[in-house]
Amino acid sequence: MKVLYFAWLRSKIGVAQEDVAPPAEVRDVGGLVEWLKARSPKHAEALANTAVVKVAVNQEYVPYDHPLSANDEVALFPPVTGG
Amino acid sequence: MTVKVQREDFDPGAELDALTRGKTAIGGVTTFIGYVRDLAGGESVRAMTLEHYPGMTERQLEAIEAEARRRWPLDDVLVIHRYGRLEPGDRIVLVATASAHRQAAFESCHFLIDWLKTRAPFWKLEETPEGEHWVDAKDSDDAAAARWEGRSDGA
Repeated sequence: MKVLYFAWLRSKIGVAQEDVAPPAEVRDVGGLVEWLKARSPKHAEALANTAVVKVAVNQEYVPYDHPLSANDEVALFPPVTGG
Repeated sequence: MTVKVQREDFDPGAELDALTRGKTAIGGVTTFIGYVRDLAGGESVRAMTLEHYPGMTERQLEAIEAEARRRWPLDDVLVIHRYGRLEPGDRIVLVATASAHRQAAFESCHFLIDWLKTRAPFWKLEETPEGEHWVDAKDSDDAAAARWEGRSDGA
């Protein structure tokens, strides 16, 4: 599974993307975010407030209870500020 | 219907000429152009860098355009959004809507920029004398986009 980070999530975590293989009990976006928090103190800090972490799976916005599969592209990012 | 996500500047006059050339059903075009300001939230801004999510950006902009065309009778739509480092006075975004009548052109252009600001995956990093910081999303932008929720005909 590919995980992408943007804006301050990328700068706090220190990488733009990583390939991860979460265990089978990680079934949805919420589970993945909790599992990612345990990867490093930087992950834990960046993902501490999920109210400001938006999620897209395969480039479409999804809620935290969206199910995941092994080949998904998951993007985590702050609320958008374009225009 | 065209979406362009690009680093380069654009020429609004040339873009509008290309949008309308030969399409004599068009009665009016509304455009919105966004620029980098030199002041934001009381702080002076030297420059900003726009980051985006290549691939998802284009998909989201195309979805937003499709929604505008579903709601209003439009002859054509053009959205150009830049990324990379921009300085005060630089153009950021162009939205242009063409229709037989002005009401559809005005309303759909307003809808497109409001929805784009809350859905297209762009993020602004501002450079100020105090250092760099990521711009926070504004509640007022969410409120502006929410005005269009549940309105199916633009009326």
